[in-house]
Amino acid sequence: MLIERCLPRPILSMILMLVWIMLSDVITYGSVIMGAILGIAIPLMTQRFWDAQPVVKKPLRLLRYTLRVMVDILLANLEVAWLIARPWRRPRPAFIEYPLTLKRDFSITLLASTISLTPGTISANLRLDGRSLLIHVLDTDDEQAVIDEIYNRYERPLMEIYE
Amino acid sequence: MAWLDKAWIDTALEAMTAFFLVAGALITFISSFGMVHLRDFYLRMHGPAKATTLGVGLILIACMLYFVLIERTFHIQLLLVTIFLLITAPISAHLLAKVALHQKLPSDTTTTGAPSELREEDVAQEPDTPHPEVPGSGQRHSP
Repeated sequence: MLIERCLPRPILSMILMLVWIMLSDVITYGSVIMGAILGIAIPLMTQRFWDAQPVVKKPLRLLRYTLRVMVDILLANLEVAWLIARPWRRPRPAFIEYPLTLKRDFSITLLASTISLTPGTISANLRLDGRSLLIHVLDTDDEQAVIDEIYNRYERPLMEIYE
Repeated sequence: MAWLDKAWIDTALEAMTAFFLVAGALITFISSFGMVHLRDFYLRMHGPAKATTLGVGLILIACMLYFVLIERTFHIQLLLVTIFLLITAPISAHLLAKVALHQKLPSDTTTTGAPSELREEDVAQEPDTPHPEVPGSGQRHSP
């Protein structure tokens, strides 16, 4: 009981402690103790702002998703850089309404962040009433293709992982 | 890290440091260049949201290699900087976009798709119902 009350978020506490130790660059008693204090204090102080902790149903898929997003970020950067580097080629921007099928706030946040980080798209506005996400696309001529790609590449894996 | 003390490793590290530094600088330059010649706010937003992340990431990798080369120490903090940047960049981009939509900043004429956020609101343009606290309002349209 006491442990549960002091450590409402064990994973967050662990990450905070690890980050503190990494930031102080050396493993000494001081840094470990300070990390432990931060790991206990910060979750306790911010607990009221947190939603229910999401449950990762398929950890391996989460790992695969992370790797895929990393590769996509690299490609997205090169793609956008290449597009910008040719001023004579006019991009074809578009606003797209993306229909959301995800339900939980946490997975929607992950999807929106992923969209912002990957090829030529930025999530501009989340409409929780209509369950849709407004996306600005840098260069496209086929809106349906963009929607399909986001659904197959990111939303479906996220749904399998979290919902 | 004694196994590192070989001449060819130094050369390789030096080459990799130079490569990442130049690549990072190039990406950052291109994304800043986009700020100059892209035509509306929403387009210009794409540069900082993505290209900067990669640019800074590459420069930090170069930085990490440099310290391995010079001091033979491995600084993990630089990796943390990249991770924090990856977490925060999409959020700031999202907020910028939200503010731009709220302010109804004009988008480029070639932009397809008209989000309801950018449409002129048709409320309060033509007051035809009288305001309860303003006597005489809404009188214009009554015959």
